[in-house]
Amino acid sequence: MELKFEDVDNLCTGAAFLGAGGGGDPYIGGLMVKQELAAGRKIEIIDPDELDDGKLIIPTAMMGAPTVLLEKIPSGEEPIRALRVVEKELGRQADATMPTEVGGINSTIPLFVGARLGIPVVDADGQGRAFPELQMETFAIEGISGCPLGISDEKGDTSLVMTNDNHRMEWIARGITIRFGGTAYFANYPMDGAEVKRSAVKHTLTLARRIGEIICNSRSRKQDPFDELCTFLATTSYAVARVIFDGKVTDVDRRTSEGFTLGSVSIDNPNGRCIIEFQNENLIARVDKEVLAIVPDIISILDAETAVPITNETLRYGQRVKVLAVGVPPIMRSEAALRQFGPQAFGMTELYQKLK
Amino acid sequence: MKIGVDVGGTNTDAVVLGPNGVLGWCKTPTTADVYSGVVSAITQAITDAGADRADVDCVMIGTTQFTNAVIQRKSLLPVGIIRLALPATSAIPPLTDWPDDLINKISRNAYLVGGGYEFDGREIAPLDEKGVAAAARDFQKNSIRAVAITSVFSPINGNMERRAAEIVQNEVPDIAVSLSCELGQFGLLPRENSTIINAALSQLSGHVVQAFRRSLQELDLKAPLFISQNDGTLMRADDVQRYPVLTFASGPTNSMRGAVYLARIQDAMVVDIGGTTSDIGMLRNGFPRQSTNFVDVGGVKTNFRMPDVLAVGLGGGSLVRDGGRLVGPDSVGYELTSCAQCFGGNTLTATDIAVAGGWADIGDKSLVRADKSTINAARASMRHLLDVNVERMKTEAADLPLLVVGGGAVLVDWPVKSVSDVLRPEFSSVANAVGAAISQVSGEVERVVTLNEGNRGFVLDEIRQEATDKAIYAGATAESVEIIEVEQVPISYLPGNPMRLRVKAVGDLPI
Repeated sequence: MELKFEDVDNLCTGAAFLGAGGGGDPYIGGLMVKQELAAGRKIEIIDPDELDDGKLIIPTAMMGAPTVLLEKIPSGEEPIRALRVVEKELGRQADATMPTEVGGINSTIPLFVGARLGIPVVDADGQGRAFPELQMETFAIEGISGCPLGISDEKGDTSLVMTNDNHRMEWIARGITIRFGGTAYFANYPMDGAEVKRSAVKHTLTLARRIGEIICNSRSRKQDPFDELCTFLATTSYAVARVIFDGKVTDVDRRTSEGFTLGSVSIDNPNGRCIIEFQNENLIARVDKEVLAIVPDIISILDAETAVPITNETLRYGQRVKVLAVGVPPIMRSEAALRQFGPQAFGMTELYQKLK
Repeated sequence: MKIGVDVGGTNTDAVVLGPNGVLGWCKTPTTADVYSGVVSAITQAITDAGADRADVDCVMIGTTQFTNAVIQRKSLLPVGIIRLALPATSAIPPLTDWPDDLINKISRNAYLVGGGYEFDGREIAPLDEKGVAAAARDFQKNSIRAVAITSVFSPINGNMERRAAEIVQNEVPDIAVSLSCELGQFGLLPRENSTIINAALSQLSGHVVQAFRRSLQELDLKAPLFISQNDGTLMRADDVQRYPVLTFASGPTNSMRGAVYLARIQDAMVVDIGGTTSDIGMLRNGFPRQSTNFVDVGGVKTNFRMPDVLAVGLGGGSLVRDGGRLVGPDSVGYELTSCAQCFGGNTLTATDIAVAGGWADIGDKSLVRADKSTINAARASMRHLLDVNVERMKTEAADLPLLVVGGGAVLVDWPVKSVSDVLRPEFSSVANAVGAAISQVSGEVERVVTLNEGNRGFVLDEIRQEATDKAIYAGATAESVEIIEVEQVPISYLPGNPMRLRVKAVGDLPI
């Protein structure tokens, strides 16, 4: 399937939704992709189920601070150089690229790479949403090594990270990102087609596009986007989606610690108060002691009228919002998956309970 | 005594303001040359006040002319664009996502050269001085009279932009230069967009500021001239001539600030009822709450914020249908005086309901064909619309009054839910000009800093001082300056706790 110019804004809106409050605003990434399509290049999205087992897929992404990205826009060569580093190490060219993270800005980087290199982009990713760290991938859960990891900046600097521990890969790459000036572009988790089929969260790019389409179109059709979103998500592998709270933002508390924006947001309505805690992404939503939704399920705060996703950086006092929770596909809530990105991976004591 | 003027697309309003409120006012049509309208409005307002010209301390003008020029694509110069950024940023060149008709006016003369800073102040690359000079020579060859220079992270350090400006002016002595570091705010593309628009306006800004100055000369007013900017504070006329883009979106801000001043309060909800819509907003400490979204001007994303205003489809001309159960959002608009039943027309409007119901006295009550149940139903519909939407815009539980202003203010004679009181301030038809006259001056500083227990106090003090100095430069008396905003936003996904810090100071003019 070919990605069209008019799909890009929808895909970005859907990616922001799947970002669960984090993941970085896809605005810059969306412009980069539109720029490529306007220049006449094409983006081919392929179904992971139709991949040949022997094909080589190298995912691409950016890491670092979205705030820095808004100033220091990339040259466009960075993710391609990172991919070349991995290709050189493997002695083989990539047949396709793919997102590691569909939530936020990282849904767009592989599309840009696909357009520039003329290789297809696999309709799948390793997070099914946004998570803050590189080891938090379904690929890792299925035993796939994140390395070789290639990483690059706009100056042409590159680095190859080789370690057999995906946590150490994250730690080292994060350090390099600081030296690169706060943003870096990387390629990691090289896989063959069979591994993609086994380990990826499938059809998430087209999912993001459809979510964005519902949100953007309902505005012009004057329909309730929330009903439509829940009905649609029920037909996907995410299966459950519902509005868990509806109210006005009455408090936003933010602080940073080691690169994370930690904090909480309080949302009030006449029947009570919902408190959502976040670590870049939203982790848990509670009313009193009762847990309404918990990571890895997606908790997205949306404008109560338009259903446009609100990121945690733009949350503010007084906004009218609805909180939509979405259950994640089974591959993301296995025991091994919960060890990697369940509540305990974020230092919480609450146990995961599936969204009903 | 101060004079406030609002030059709108239709009317030019002037007020004379004394220490205790409005002394005189006037509303006249805006003239094509601008200047004669301003002269006539000020003259009549001074006469109305029975005041003496020699007692005027200060003249403040709010204008939408620069915004209108961009929207109408008029009086715009072609712009030479230089971005100091290579090897970064080439994935998205300047003018990406701009409307074609505006690009045709600006023309495509964009150059990316080496330079720019990292978030921590290091250089991405040294400034490519030869590249800047070569671009400038091309501008000269193409007869370009205005240039916009933007560097990555220039709100942290504007030195490269200033050095590039010197090089350009060396090559092309009379070229008008706009620097993005003067426009503040992080976000390369919106800041670059604003800088380009600013450069495109550099000829018009000269004409407009000249027209204002000429008006003052003609009136023999020796008082200093200030112009409203987007955040509700004032700029020196000289600075507006160089940075006209800073006046964008000053209209709604002035109107809301004028309304709270006229009501003699600081905190309020405001509803401005026009012919077709009601604009609802909220003010704290005399300033409107800002929207989190950037302003889109003529199809271009800029880095300016607007007051957070909700437009609701209720105005004096709103159609009343379905036995009064449906009011608006369709409206007869400016045709109210020919279409509404109380003016002899055939359309039942919100104004007719207020007339027939006996709480407004406009036109001829006997011409309105609405029965008691329609009047009651329509009144209930209008009440509901206001109740719901005022509640929506009110962001805190505290008791606040509601100020009702604008031509359609007569529609409302009922208590509104969620507010403590409904007030209709006098002179609200010239709230814009009043808003300009009461304004203070400001200084704003934005930085990326790494705060820890050791340096926190020191770094904050330094930035506060810098904002204070800027406010004093803008004309404030030193003793009046206070810090009104300190915004700290963490830069996430990076270790080391870097923080984006924005500090704003405001102060009074010496009057």
